[in-house]
Amino acid sequence: MIKTDILIIGAGPTGLFAVFEAGLLKLKCHLIDALPQAGGQCSEIYPKKPIYDIPGFPEILAGDLTNNLLEQCKQFEPGFTLGERAETIEKQEDGSFVVTTNKGTKHQAPVVAIAGGLGSFEPRKPLIDNITFFEDKGVEYFIKDPEVYRNKRVVISGGGDSALDWSIFLSKVASEVTLIHRRNEFRGALDSVEKVQELKNKGKIKLITPAEVINVVGHDKVEAVVVSQAEHIQKEFEIECDHFIPLFGLSPKLGPIANWGLEIEKNAIKVNNALDYQTNIPGIFAIGDVNTYPGKLKLILCGFHEATLMCQAAYQIINPGKKYVLKYTTVSGVDGFDGTRKEAPKQVVKSIN
Amino acid sequence: MEQDISIKITDREGVTHEVLAPTDMAMNLMEVVRSYELAPEGTIGICGGMAMCASCQCYVLSDTTLPEIQDDEEAMLSEAFYVKDNSRLGCQIRITPDLEGLEVELAPES
Repeated sequence: MIKTDILIIGAGPTGLFAVFEAGLLKLKCHLIDALPQAGGQCSEIYPKKPIYDIPGFPEILAGDLTNNLLEQCKQFEPGFTLGERAETIEKQEDGSFVVTTNKGTKHQAPVVAIAGGLGSFEPRKPLIDNITFFEDKGVEYFIKDPEVYRNKRVVISGGGDSALDWSIFLSKVASEVTLIHRRNEFRGALDSVEKVQELKNKGKIKLITPAEVINVVGHDKVEAVVVSQAEHIQKEFEIECDHFIPLFGLSPKLGPIANWGLEIEKNAIKVNNALDYQTNIPGIFAIGDVNTYPGKLKLILCGFHEATLMCQAAYQIINPGKKYVLKYTTVSGVDGFDGTRKEAPKQVVKSIN
Repeated sequence: MEQDISIKITDREGVTHEVLAPTDMAMNLMEVVRSYELAPEGTIGICGGMAMCASCQCYVLSDTTLPEIQDDEEAMLSEAFYVKDNSRLGCQIRITPDLEGLEVELAPES
């Protein structure tokens, strides 16, 4: 059982900033995210795109914002459960909550802050009738452990960065890598495209374009995929393989959170915006893009504000009746849980003769 | 109101809506759909309009002349599902007076 003060569901910008604000109040945080890395949409969808409305940053890349937020909160030593989706929540007799992920990891905290954005990112599955039958039997939508593919025959489909990057990586591990895409053109970082070209020329990656996987063949596991290719003439053929990895991006779904008994309106969680962004269940808050209230704007900067106020309310729940006054970081500095201290340099007081 | 144009949008349930869209607010078709709530929040415009998610894919039903398809839109469509010859990404279609009478149908959610 992982125990913490504030359990944050979603490691996007709002969740990461909540770690910092909680840390100032001496509250520890643990974050759960379905993605294998922190940053939410900023790292999954648009890491290399600029954002222009983060106060104090005339322009910042979404990936850099994520790195900065991680740097800003690191002295408060947040815990992470990544690559797992929060599945169920149970209220305990002592008023705390136990949140269990799809992998069975259990977390306990007196306060839960849902900072889930548009929901957890689920892979977009190609429209192949029998594909769900082969999931975990050779069909994978994420690559968690590259060793699984050592000396195996792998077919990857997709035309974006992840299809390119994993083809490059697995060409060193797998016995055979075939990359299939509907067009001859790929969209990705220039060096990835060039690297795939080079590996293709060397015979390390087999490229089939413009083509599409239309079926999966096998008895109890993947044995081959059926490919339809439309170059010159339309033809269909089988490629023998051990793994089929469709990489068509991810789409967010509110998912199991929708069944937690929270008041939901337009795919978002209703909160009390006049006070503390608490939901209809005391002790459960919703901050950032995942919540809604009159006048709500889905902006990162609004998420930061909501996270800050949520932490104040969490402090009151965790330390009932305890006195507190707001302190400015410039005045009081930042004391990390790791023993570090940041503080403003002392003014020099010296006489001038 | 002379800057508004009339557009017909068929939602994912098959219901056709005739809506007015302003041409002076730098809006795109995806945003028009969202502003009239013709698709549930969270199911359209997920990436915000960067041609990076295809949640605003639509089929163009009228013979309206549209802005030419750019590389990133074409690349995204080549990875999307339910794509037809008349598929476009709503976020890449800016609302201009030329689009008066445009008719589109939203592609299924995927």
